[in-house]
Amino acid sequence: MTNPMEIPFFAAGAVAVIATLLAITRTIAVHALLYLIVSLLAVAVVFYTMGAPVVAALEVIIYAGAIVVLFVFVVMMMNLGAQDSETERKWLAWRAWIGPAVLSALLLFEVIYLVVRAPVSATIGSISTPKEIGLALYGPYLLGVELASMLLLGALVGACHVGRISRSGREVQQ
Amino acid sequence: MISHPIASIIGILIVALSLSAFLIWVERRLLALWQDRYGPNRVGPFGLLQVLADMIKIFTKEDWIPPFADKPVFVIAPAIIMVTVLMSFAVLPVAPGIIVSDLNIGLLFFLGMSSLGVYSIVLAGWASGNKYSLLGGLRAAAQMISYEVFMGLSLMGVVLLAGTFNLTRIVEAQRGLWYVVPQFLGFVLFLIAGVAEARRLPFDLPEAEAELVAGFHSEYSGMKFGMFFVGEYLGITLISSMIAVLFLGGWNGPWLPPLAWFLIKVFAFLCFFILLRASLPRLRFDQLMSLGWKVMFPLALANLLVTGAIVLAKK
Repeated sequence: MTNPMEIPFFAAGAVAVIATLLAITRTIAVHALLYLIVSLLAVAVVFYTMGAPVVAALEVIIYAGAIVVLFVFVVMMMNLGAQDSETERKWLAWRAWIGPAVLSALLLFEVIYLVVRAPVSATIGSISTPKEIGLALYGPYLLGVELASMLLLGALVGACHVGRISRSGREVQQ
Repeated sequence: MISHPIASIIGILIVALSLSAFLIWVERRLLALWQDRYGPNRVGPFGLLQVLADMIKIFTKEDWIPPFADKPVFVIAPAIIMVTVLMSFAVLPVAPGIIVSDLNIGLLFFLGMSSLGVYSIVLAGWASGNKYSLLGGLRAAAQMISYEVFMGLSLMGVVLLAGTFNLTRIVEAQRGLWYVVPQFLGFVLFLIAGVAEARRLPFDLPEAEAELVAGFHSEYSGMKFGMFFVGEYLGITLISSMIAVLFLGGWNGPWLPPLAWFLIKVFAFLCFFILLRASLPRLRFDQLMSLGWKVMFPLALANLLVTGAIVLAKK
């Protein structure tokens, strides 16, 4: 317990786990999304305490600030009411929990095993200047960057196709 | 002039909050001047105490929560905008030594906080349980996503030139030449994105009075409405300060003390924001979206590419 970042690290980790559990069990979709945002912010704090400030900032900007806004946008468009909350509640029957619980338990055991066997050092890197980020992205992680950009290009082409406008200027009916 | 961080926190909080309250008076007087009328001029000298009178009124109003609203979210929403905007002031270098937290990722922190601020508007619109508010919230979400992308990109030219995300070092790098000269396109793009970010005319579609009553804050009253109101003015102050820091050399300038230069630059942009409101009509919603994605976004990308090429060629 010599690292001063350890207490914030565990506190943020606990917040992330609790917020994620609440995000799964809430029956009102917007409330669930709020907990998801809290969970993402907690994960950002975890990254920060591990010495990765840029990853923490990107987690906030991209996940909490852009992707979940889109989720909220879609949920608002659907205009869910009390009836949908009731359906949601029925879906959360205890039988639905067995499969995911078994799989998560396996992962949990694996994590515990890894932590007990070989405790990793608290810091995962100290990249914080734009130059270092660029060198890392277009150096050792080039393949990942290219794969992600191809995936995004595919998604973009798909979105353009779905939202295309015909010659007469009207949206194409699917 | 190195001050204690707690003194900086208190100082910046008091100045930012009272400046934004004062701005309400400045805006009403300036708008009146440009529209050939007087504006508030009865309470105190030049109507200066009008703000105080408005505050007393707003504090004593009934704080009503509509029965059809989603209560917890309705209460949280106005707090989010205050928290996120005030948090951004933490990384703002006002003058040498006057900064709360000199973060290495200051610029990214500002972008992150400004993107979280959207939730305030979106959730307020949803929680009000009112069609017009919901439409305002939806518009806010779509607007923020369209404008945040090129807002971030337009700042990357500055990052390329300064080689850091640290705002203090960005200011120091501008000692010779303000970035508004080599990054003029970036400056214009950030200014436009800033207006959209602060939801001011011509981009105030989430609350367009003429079509949506008051948009996301139709159902709010009392101090909850006050928080949206002050949050908006704090947002303008923040964007003006960021423009001063990133493109106009922050506290750099001859003769006058650094703090004075910073305040002069910020105040000039505050007046510019008000002039925009006095002179421009509101855009239509689809115009706003297509302007963002089809004009601003490609321009920001081109600016980044050209800046990168020039920085590389100079080495």
